[in-house]
Amino acid sequence: MMLKYNTLIVLAGVSLLGASAGMVGSFAVLRKRALTGDALAHAALPGLCIAFLILRERNVAAMLLGALATGVAGIMIISALRRWTRVREDAAIGSVLTVFFGSGIVLSKYIQNLSNIGSRAGLESYIFGKTAGMTRGDVYLIVVAGLLGLAAVALLYKEFLSISFDSEFARSLGWPVYLLDLLLMSLVALAVVIGLPAVGVVLISALLIMPGAAARFWTDRLGTLLVLSGIFGFAVGLVGTWLSASLDQLPAGPIIVLSGTTLFVASLLFGKQRGVLARWIDQRRFETMLGLRQLLRIAWEHQAEGPRAASPFSSADLLVRKTWTERRAKRLLATAQSAGLVRPVATGTDLFELTPSGRDEALAATRGHRLWEAFLAEYPDQANSTANLASLSIEDYVPTAVVQQLTAQLQAAGRWPVDGERSERRRESLAERERRS
Amino acid sequence: MTTRSFGHQSFEVMPTVLDIHDVTVAYHRKPVLWDIDLVIERPQLAAVVGPNGAGKSTLIKAVLGLVPMASGRVQVFDQPVARQRKRIGYVPQRESVDWDFPVSVLDVVLMGTYGRLGWIRRPGKAERERARECLAKVGLVSYERQQIGQLSGGQQQRVFLARALAQEADIYFMDEPMAGVDAATERMIFQVLSDLRKAGKSIIAVHHDLRTVPQYFDYVVLLNVRLVAAGPCDQVFTPANLRKTYGGRLALLDTVGEVLEAGPR
Repeated sequence: MMLKYNTLIVLAGVSLLGASAGMVGSFAVLRKRALTGDALAHAALPGLCIAFLILRERNVAAMLLGALATGVAGIMIISALRRWTRVREDAAIGSVLTVFFGSGIVLSKYIQNLSNIGSRAGLESYIFGKTAGMTRGDVYLIVVAGLLGLAAVALLYKEFLSISFDSEFARSLGWPVYLLDLLLMSLVALAVVIGLPAVGVVLISALLIMPGAAARFWTDRLGTLLVLSGIFGFAVGLVGTWLSASLDQLPAGPIIVLSGTTLFVASLLFGKQRGVLARWIDQRRFETMLGLRQLLRIAWEHQAEGPRAASPFSSADLLVRKTWTERRAKRLLATAQSAGLVRPVATGTDLFELTPSGRDEALAATRGHRLWEAFLAEYPDQANSTANLASLSIEDYVPTAVVQQLTAQLQAAGRWPVDGERSERRRESLAERERRS
Repeated sequence: MTTRSFGHQSFEVMPTVLDIHDVTVAYHRKPVLWDIDLVIERPQLAAVVGPNGAGKSTLIKAVLGLVPMASGRVQVFDQPVARQRKRIGYVPQRESVDWDFPVSVLDVVLMGTYGRLGWIRRPGKAERERARECLAKVGLVSYERQQIGQLSGGQQQRVFLARALAQEADIYFMDEPMAGVDAATERMIFQVLSDLRKAGKSIIAVHHDLRTVPQYFDYVVLLNVRLVAAGPCDQVFTPANLRKTYGGRLALLDTVGEVLEAGPR
């Protein structure tokens, strides 16, 4: 499909808007101001109408200024309600959003009913967005404001990071947190207002929230998150605008939001860091790891310490000790076998023994387990703050002195596992060597 | 060091570390801190102690200008706090932030260098080196790349401590730096505090465990909305003063009694 020059320009503009809104919006979300952004967008509608009523013509710049004015008035009322009254923030946001949007709708209906000029206002395109009607002037405005947003985020990364993560600490450093908040919200307001012609007041907040929310599934790092949300926003703007331009009858806002939703759901499912799939795989891997470790420990206790020491063990022996299903026990044994940790004593039997490398692992697993056990018994009050039972090496979490003390304690109680067979072998080989020399 | 002149002579005078004068803080008209006058002349390792709701955290926040004061003024090293920000370090309560936030351990410690960096400038190699040194002091070097939510509570507490160390301040305000940590971590944190003290720094820490006050601190501030007493532990940390601070809470007083019978240090 050939794209007209005008369409290309609009595509570029909305994509840039997406990138800028995505990055600015990420900070707004981290600062827990996402809903404030939504309220701001809805509160912009009456301003658009009032500007039109005053000028009696469709002057985009003036109407966007009007939108900015009532939008900012809206969030200032929210901030004042939070500060000076005991109205809770969610209630304040909800009331401001609905009151402003309601009056905006009333005004826009009134304008549409004006017989002489009503149809010229094109207000419906500000409610749900319409990229087709965008002029080159609109796009230039987007470009300037979008670049401004990107530049501000790049320059003030550190400042926005510190107010979003720990605003009290930022204040203790002497940062003007209130001012920075105001600046952040101004950037949000800017993105919202320039996005209005393309996406509309109802759905623009999706462009703020979705890219960052989607990016969060892919990374645990703020820098990466910001870059990703910029890219995501860009892609959403691009695809949404292109689709809405090709499907002429459909408003751009909902299409852009739906493209964003697709991206969000895909990230939710497949995100590398926190996606559902990644977490599920991680959880399964973790369970297998834990299961293997328990299997090795039971095998160790059976083979090296039990009354029937040195005799092989069967899956039934495992089930005596663990409430595993038979299937799970068999599967764990198979996993252990393919990892070279255990081997069947004879092919086709259900009797297994530890391999030499399995013995080493089993010894470590048993030691780790007993150290944690002893630690929890000795320091019950520290359990939830220190203990990471998923970790084999208690040394990473507990100071060495404590580990030594616990080890000594286990040794005294005769519960410190030692590989007797191995040390015997070593003694023999040493004796052998001595004899030779 | 400030210079004061008397007649023709001028003296180098050690500035007063902390001067809290006539401070009252109220939430919805209910006083949380009432007429606090507290002067700490020399550098100290000081514990702020008192029952729940005594205003311990509020005292620290009022000093730092994080909560509005109904009246009063605070000076640090003879100057208003606003002028001494770079000399002040702060360890907030662990619960005060969202640990799910997408930053690494090193990122958080680097925030300690932000105050000195000023606007716009980003932390560079020198700051990262500094942050790593501070992580080493709290034994968390190997964790620098981890997302902060993956740490245990005690480790998170140490990350906050490392961030404060990175501030390279002269006076540190800490809100329960030893809350919810195990005995070994507590000793480690105390070691860091006592090293700071030996380097001539001051530490004002809210502390929740009466039993360890005389062991860890050399100065104590007893607080219960009003200031009950403040001074060196061996003079101020007495049954009479504790009774004035905690009132008739017997179970607690028994513990305190045991502590005091065991003798100071």
